[in-house]
Amino acid sequence: MSKKKNNQLSALESLGNEVVKQINKGKNPEIPVPIRALSNVEFDEKTKTVKLGNKIAARYFFNVAHAKKFLQTLEVASISKNLLKEEKHASLRDVFYMAKRTIPGTKVNIVDEQTESDSVLEDLELVTDLSREQLHVNANKNGSVAGKVVIEDKGDTIDWSKLGSGGWSIPSNVENIKFKKVAGKYILYMEKAAVWERLHEDKFWDKQNCIIMSSQGQATRGIRRLLQRLTKEYNIPVYVLTDLDSWGHYIYSVIRFGSINLASLSEKMAIPDVKHLGIHTADIGKYKLEKHLIKFKDTDLSRLKQIREYPWFKDNKEWQKEFIALKNLGAKAEIQALSSRGISFISDTYLPEKIKNKDFLY
Amino acid sequence: MTKTIAEELAKKQQSISVSEFFTKNRHLLGFDNPRKALLTTIKEGVDNSLDACQEAKVLPTIKVKIKQLQEERFCVSIEDNGPGIVKAQIPNIFAKLLYGSKFHTMIQSRGQQGIGISASVLYSQLTTGKPAKITSKIGKNHPAHYYELKIDTKNNEPEIVIDKETSFDQDHGTKVELEMEAIYQKGARGVDEYLKQTSIANPHAEIIYVDPEGNKVTFPRASEKLPVEPKEIKPHPHGIELGIFISMLQNTNSKTLTSFFTNDFIRVSSVTAKRICGEAGIKTNESPKSLDRDTAEKLYNIVQKTKLIAPPTNCLSPIGTEALQKSLEKEVPAEFFTSVTRPASVYRGNPFQVEVAAAYGGQLNSEEQIKLLRFANRVPLQYQQSACAITKSVIDTNWRNYGLSQSRSALPQGPIILAVHMASVWVPFTSESKEAIAHYPEIIKEIKLAVQEVGRKIASHIRRTVRVREQRERASLFEKYIPEIASSLSNLTSSKKTDVQEKLNKILKKSLKDILRELPEEDKSDKIKEEGKNKHVKKEKQSTLGSRKSRK
Repeated sequence: MSKKKNNQLSALESLGNEVVKQINKGKNPEIPVPIRALSNVEFDEKTKTVKLGNKIAARYFFNVAHAKKFLQTLEVASISKNLLKEEKHASLRDVFYMAKRTIPGTKVNIVDEQTESDSVLEDLELVTDLSREQLHVNANKNGSVAGKVVIEDKGDTIDWSKLGSGGWSIPSNVENIKFKKVAGKYILYMEKAAVWERLHEDKFWDKQNCIIMSSQGQATRGIRRLLQRLTKEYNIPVYVLTDLDSWGHYIYSVIRFGSINLASLSEKMAIPDVKHLGIHTADIGKYKLEKHLIKFKDTDLSRLKQIREYPWFKDNKEWQKEFIALKNLGAKAEIQALSSRGISFISDTYLPEKIKNKDFLY
Repeated sequence: MTKTIAEELAKKQQSISVSEFFTKNRHLLGFDNPRKALLTTIKEGVDNSLDACQEAKVLPTIKVKIKQLQEERFCVSIEDNGPGIVKAQIPNIFAKLLYGSKFHTMIQSRGQQGIGISASVLYSQLTTGKPAKITSKIGKNHPAHYYELKIDTKNNEPEIVIDKETSFDQDHGTKVELEMEAIYQKGARGVDEYLKQTSIANPHAEIIYVDPEGNKVTFPRASEKLPVEPKEIKPHPHGIELGIFISMLQNTNSKTLTSFFTNDFIRVSSVTAKRICGEAGIKTNESPKSLDRDTAEKLYNIVQKTKLIAPPTNCLSPIGTEALQKSLEKEVPAEFFTSVTRPASVYRGNPFQVEVAAAYGGQLNSEEQIKLLRFANRVPLQYQQSACAITKSVIDTNWRNYGLSQSRSALPQGPIILAVHMASVWVPFTSESKEAIAHYPEIIKEIKLAVQEVGRKIASHIRRTVRVREQRERASLFEKYIPEIASSLSNLTSSKKTDVQEKLNKILKKSLKDILRELPEEDKSDKIKEEGKNKHVKKEKQSTLGSRKSRK
């Protein structure tokens, strides 16, 4: 077993030993877990990223509100230790099923939803100071990439320009990927897989000499790390294309500043100079999308209010102006609204124009 | 010469016989219908027996038997172990209406009706034509007498059908047997419920009941103590009506007004009497009999306005908190019992006292409104619940404060039986049928205070049981979690699963003890609450088991 693996094992063991020590003393055992919430993140003006604060909540066993989470934390730690020992990797879904069972004599399941085991695993990363991958758990592959790039992954050489209609699927761990050849003026990241397919079919990356990358919804860790590596190592700018709504804005926010939930990982993932390409409120009039808007619901408004008040947006005049404009618009627009102007309007007109005019929000 | 109209009319005017009066006014006497006739008869009989035993200082054992003869004909028999009745009095007591000793005394007593058992005898006679059968024996060395009696309804005199000596299986006591038209029904207003409630209000009595189906039910004694003998007191001037005041003036033995006031009433000193007379402009040595009606009224009004000391309250005989609660405990399958006795108070010159006992939980129905038992001088009130001051007081109490649900203007809902007793030298009923207490503010206030106190005790019990149940649930959940925790930990570390499990169980047990240790303290704070009466000193105890702690 490698030294690295030993460190990982001992991190998990020391978590267990701490708990056993308290039990031996006859104390109500506790696990200190850093709080992962807006109340415990700070905006680091220097690095321009979201940083985890130092608030810690003690998770007790003999406490009605904590007992189950306490149990889940130890259960997942134990699963992770088994994976390390057996030198196998499991998916988040696997971990959920390994933990999911009914406690004898009760109607209580250790976990009911995958979100519970996912969340406990994120806690465990903070408690052990190990990443999910180091704990031998991988997220599902999510998102595609295409462009004039050649990489080497586990001994295989892969050319992102020669992968047919699907592109390359981005794994959750991109740490060990080696870039052999990288060409492109910029990377375009979009939140919609369907839009990526449109651009891929139109050979947008070939015509515009760029890299296109997508996820479905929020950018996963693998995508964010890959984006950061490409922009850092090859100095290629990143542009983000999202829907015109608060969820789209938060996708941009996570890529640029880091996420509240994984504030501890911001350093390895945040891309402080990423630009937002669209859709902007100004595009509505410019590209005649007025008739293709979706009216705001209450949740849209309240989310908008939250985002406006995030410390990293609070003093950003450009973005505050956009937020107010969106509020006044009282409606949202999807990227696909552009298809109303023609199926390839986005690749032929909208994107080239925006990039040429440097019509970005930052 | 033609006769005047008045003379014509005079021909038709004649004295009506007692039986005619009775037939036309049965509802006033509790014989509205065959169902109520049965209940009233048993009530009168049982009341007589309880009173007789009380006077003789005997712990009562009363046997009630109802036998069905035909569909609507029953034979009712009531037997007691009282002092018995001397031979000469038996016909008068049972076969002469309005014969008795209870009129116009200021003493806490059950009936106050005076019409008594003889009304039942008359009812029996009117509906069946049969005589009443009475057996009575006054002592070991005395013979038992057996009478069959009827009432001469024209002259209101006893008519003796049979008079003979007989044998009786007790040393002393009386047995009454009546045959009558009646309907027997179970339920809240039936005989069964009456006897049960009577047993609750008279913990010193044993009642043995055989119902028409032949089932024998025994309501045992809850207390071997005889109730305190209520004392007879003279009337308080604020407690009497003008008419009674005038007749007292007429019938007094006192020669002067001063002695009339000081001797015939309580709480009037000669100084006060002098002041009253002075204010009315009447000489203090005036003969009470010489006052005319107008002067008497003037005097009466002045007396009502004069400040007087409240009457003494030691003349009352409450059931007693402990005895009332014990009574409930033996009759009701509940899990928690409590009771409260208020200090005696006064309304309109009449002393009175309120007692409340409650049973909570157990097998009582929690989906329905609470069951309210009303008592006046130990007599259950089964009719006219909504007109009664007791009902009003309970409805006006905000039960939501005590963790029960309550609709507007309704009794609260919950597994509760609430028994409210009012003892007084004079219970103010709303009507002749004596089934509802009148709404005097002083009375309502006292009942409410007592009910609120009971409510608080119930609320603290509810809180306690809920807490105990929650703790038990928590404890059991932790117990189930422990093996899971232990196996995770033994996989993560080199510790043994059984070892960790054992230690965790120990910690759990120790923490549980902490919780249990808190309970007596809660009891103590309850007591403080009771002493402090209306002060709502509430202290929620926080469980020591893990409160969320956050640190920087």
